[in-house]
Amino acid sequence: MALSVREYRARIKSTESMKKITRAMELIAASRIIKAQQRAQAAAPYARELTRAVSAVATFSNVDHPLTTEPENPQRAAVLVVTSDRGLAGAYSSNVLKEAERLVEKLREEGKEVDLYVTGRKAEGYFKFRQRAVVQAWTGFSDQPTYDVAADIGATLISAFLNDDDTEADEDTPPGVDEVHVVFTRFRSMLVQEPQAVRLLPLEVVEGTEAPEPGDLLPLYEFEPSASEVLDALLPRYVQSRIFFALLQAAASELAARQKAMKAATDNADELIKKYKRIANQARQAGITQEISEIVGGVNALADANAGQE
Amino acid sequence: MASDSLLQVELVAADRLVWSGQAKMVIARTTEGDVGILPHHAPMLSVIIEGVVDVQTAEGETWVAAVDAGFLSVADNRVSILSERAEMSHEIDLEKARAEYDRAKQAGENDDEAAEALRRAEARIRAVERAS
Repeated sequence: MALSVREYRARIKSTESMKKITRAMELIAASRIIKAQQRAQAAAPYARELTRAVSAVATFSNVDHPLTTEPENPQRAAVLVVTSDRGLAGAYSSNVLKEAERLVEKLREEGKEVDLYVTGRKAEGYFKFRQRAVVQAWTGFSDQPTYDVAADIGATLISAFLNDDDTEADEDTPPGVDEVHVVFTRFRSMLVQEPQAVRLLPLEVVEGTEAPEPGDLLPLYEFEPSASEVLDALLPRYVQSRIFFALLQAAASELAARQKAMKAATDNADELIKKYKRIANQARQAGITQEISEIVGGVNALADANAGQE
Repeated sequence: MASDSLLQVELVAADRLVWSGQAKMVIARTTEGDVGILPHHAPMLSVIIEGVVDVQTAEGETWVAAVDAGFLSVADNRVSILSERAEMSHEIDLEKARAEYDRAKQAGENDDEAAEALRRAEARIRAVERAS
């Protein structure tokens, strides 16, 4: 109760303005999340058709493609970590980073070296602070990723994957990797988002979710110009579309996490304001009581003095 | 049997479904040249390049779209055209496309990327012109 009423009033005011900010951020995140979900839904037909096409080619041709062959002795793995550009989203970024660290640890135990590729300023800052090398970082789009960004990331990762170790003499290009993993946050619902690590390359073409039923035969396709050329064109796009999917999921998760965090912050601000108001009122009352007792004391003292004179 | 003799067409870009509906014929440009697809076409998967896709709908209308490189898959009277970018002719800003064409032309055709940009711009202009 050491502070004066004036100081409590100042605290209430600043908490109120903070509450306005967090409330605004909550509402913004809530409205953007709908857009992010719509974007994710709009991208679904492309991914679906692409998956169909890839599984069709994989079923009907025995073409081996470098993107689908398992390297015999994997020594180097690339990890793409998808985080946000901005904070104030609760534990969103740190959860992804924790998952990424777990994966890196696991890969190291398997005797693989790890190359880090990151998106989002949070991951960039995290690794820079710990002075760990990041091969490439993409930033500035985390809450609304475009396909172009995904295509760029995909192209970089694919070229790293296809890069043979023989060409290591070239200083500018990082040495080739044998595996590519992605760590991102999957958007389960508005309340649940879970960080996930997925191996992207070499590709496992058989998609668990899209497995055709035994009775439902895929048609016998003609390939133009040839199965291998179709596969050549198809697989990189498939990889890019998977990355796009990861980015979209991460964007929706980020916004959901931010909305939740900001809602908690607004509720907290409410609590604080209530608490401060109570203390301030108490302090005000204490002040009044003291003033009255001083006046009464003063009057009594005067009366005593006067009585003594008479 | 009416639905049997029509194609179910989906034109899909990476970030959205551009057009879907029933059609009598679809014409697209593959790496090997233009292909026309009529109902009951044999199942086919082919690589398409930057160009124009014509769709003749069941009502006899013609839709034109400009697409980037991508795929065409045909099976059971279902045609899906996948492209990273695709635009219907009425969505294209002709002046912008012309400006892009000029820019691409000035950049020259020496490298693949410039040639690709040129083909893309050309396809967009052609799509608009064909539609009007």
